[in-house]
Amino acid sequence: MTFQKFRGGVHPRNFKYLAKNSPIKNLPLPQKVVIPLLQHTGAINESIVKPGDIVKKGEKIGESKKFISAPVHSSISGKISAIKEFPTPLEQEVLSVVIESDNRNEEFLSKKIDWKKESIESIKNRIREAGIVGLGGAAFPTVVKLSPPEEKKIDTVILNGCECEPYLTADYRLMVEKPEEILEGFQIILKVLDVKNGYIGIEDNKPEAVKSLKFKIQNSKFKIKIIVLPTKYPQGAEKQLIKAITKREVPSGGLPMDVGVVVQNISTALAIKEAVVDGKALVERVVTVSGPRVKNPGNFRVRIGTPISELITASGGLPDDTERIIVGGPMMGIAQQTIEIPVTKGMTGILLLPKDEFLSEEIEPCIRCGKCNDVCPMNLLISEIGRYAENKDWESTKKLGLDDCTECGACAYVCSAKRPLVQYIKWAKEQCKTEPFL
Amino acid sequence: MQNRTFSLAISPHIKSPETTAKIMWSVVIALLPTTAMGVYFFGIHAFYIILVSVIAAITTEGLFQLITKRKVRIFDGSAVITGILLALILPPNVPLWIPALGSFFAIFLVKELFGGLGHNIFNPALAARAILLASFPLIMTSWISPFDAISCATPLGIIKDNLLFPLPSYLTLFIGTRAGCLGETSVLALLIGATFLFLRKIISWHIPLSFIATVALFSFFAGKNPLFQILSGGLILGAFFMATDYTTSPITKKGQIVFGFGSGIITSLIRFWGGYPEGVCYSILLMNCLVPLIDRYTLPKRFGEK
Repeated sequence: MTFQKFRGGVHPRNFKYLAKNSPIKNLPLPQKVVIPLLQHTGAINESIVKPGDIVKKGEKIGESKKFISAPVHSSISGKISAIKEFPTPLEQEVLSVVIESDNRNEEFLSKKIDWKKESIESIKNRIREAGIVGLGGAAFPTVVKLSPPEEKKIDTVILNGCECEPYLTADYRLMVEKPEEILEGFQIILKVLDVKNGYIGIEDNKPEAVKSLKFKIQNSKFKIKIIVLPTKYPQGAEKQLIKAITKREVPSGGLPMDVGVVVQNISTALAIKEAVVDGKALVERVVTVSGPRVKNPGNFRVRIGTPISELITASGGLPDDTERIIVGGPMMGIAQQTIEIPVTKGMTGILLLPKDEFLSEEIEPCIRCGKCNDVCPMNLLISEIGRYAENKDWESTKKLGLDDCTECGACAYVCSAKRPLVQYIKWAKEQCKTEPFL
Repeated sequence: MQNRTFSLAISPHIKSPETTAKIMWSVVIALLPTTAMGVYFFGIHAFYIILVSVIAAITTEGLFQLITKRKVRIFDGSAVITGILLALILPPNVPLWIPALGSFFAIFLVKELFGGLGHNIFNPALAARAILLASFPLIMTSWISPFDAISCATPLGIIKDNLLFPLPSYLTLFIGTRAGCLGETSVLALLIGATFLFLRKIISWHIPLSFIATVALFSFFAGKNPLFQILSGGLILGAFFMATDYTTSPITKKGQIVFGFGSGIITSLIRFWGGYPEGVCYSILLMNCLVPLIDRYTLPKRFGEK
């Protein structure tokens, strides 16, 4: 079977070697956690605890009645000390629950169930109650993705093991270390969606991950196909992954379910397994800490709400020449002003990038070389969108397909004039929301 | 470390090592083989023409940017390219004030007055040549043979005016030992430079191929010798180094094919039925005007677009 390559894309140096061989380590129990009530795409939770309350690890502390939302849980056992606004990696102030540890690490577990005999509704309820969101970065509530409207017939589920962002190796380590759990999570997803056709997409720069999963599949009865894809950024972008594996093109403005596909991330599959089989709420995740000067780059299993400063300490401390701190990967991650922010559900990695990475940042005039257009996976005329944005001609940016842009950053990466094209696009999208012409 | 703050910026946080200056200097490198051949064929005066042209281009650009208080960017290589390209499309025996004046026109009138790098509508070297040809027609159309510098006609001129000179062989045309502009004669040297640009992924096949193929097909159907039409005149230089100029050619791939096709048609029309023996320069300049229009009507199909 041949797989179609998606159009465009770039090949940045991936720096995976820094952290890929370091096994997942548990971070020491934090003394204090700050759990934002909004860590997902959707409606914010309301706190259901008050200062002074005693909670266990895994106990729900925030929930919302809205469908597109995911509850949050305490990630340690201890006492609620405050509920107030804190900065989060998304750079907003978010109402958060502060919990002081009692060092007892008592855990609240839901009762174990046998998912093979359980009803789909009850499994979905378990996934929802565990607060599971897409752990690849977007943090969209998983149960929503697992509940497509009736008219959308899903026939394919893809597990996304591409991890195409440079530096990041958390999903890679999970595929190497926990293939069985990931596959069980995948089977649960297939059961919930009543789908037989399961694929796992992995880039060809991760042969050990492919081997690890293949070995487990061979020794089992499930019919899941592993698809090895060429290494190219953004291979892990949902629409591009679907195109490469199924040849289907998600329509402009549409969702994967419009072409009968649901995509889930590797870490999410693991979280689903732990929630459904072991009764655990989503209170910890694996985060890569890396960077060219980081002393001990690695992958850490860490409680949600732990200050990222503790992760940085665990990786050998903050290098002196650190210029930018990025949450996520270098292509789409968000620069942070401070390290006093908590680990959230959507945090895939923390990158400490030194000054010398940013020497030639001077913006030059566009010479119309067209490389940005060549690499755009959505086949947009980025050069023209950028030029219109510069001239504040928002309507024209919209006509050229501004809304199709996924902000993958391939254009700005490749731009020889070092133009901040993603910034122009974000700006244009912001303006289009408020301009009266539409 | 608790109180340190860090710089904020929008993603991506890594950039490719490619820069505008690297692209420009690569084009300069790609032009070196044909430049060297020009000097070899036409002697030390050809070298002086190139030197004066480049110095005039850099000086004009630097002075303009100083006077208008813009960033002086004479080291990015773009003015050097304009200087070399202009020299390459001049007859090899012009007096030295011609390249000086030409480079001034190219940089001042055609490039900087339109907004500088990335904003000009016309290819600066070609537009300057058109101005020179209109202003000094005698100087701009007197040709010499290589090595001995005897007055003679270009191969296309021989055909156009039915002159009694013998036509050069294909091999002569390929090597470049024939009369013509300083840097247009050696197809071999030009192809070496063009190959470098392809390998560096600075130019793509769209414009050169469609341009040259159109001239070949048009020649065939007009009863002319296609191979002779390709190898003589300035087609190879124009198709690979002039028509591919980023700023003055379409940005869409479909548009680039249209651009090459249009240039090929106009070149052939001028060559076969126009007043001049050669039409590459005017064909590209005319197509330059159409670039915004071509781009507008050749938008690519977006991912997921119906």
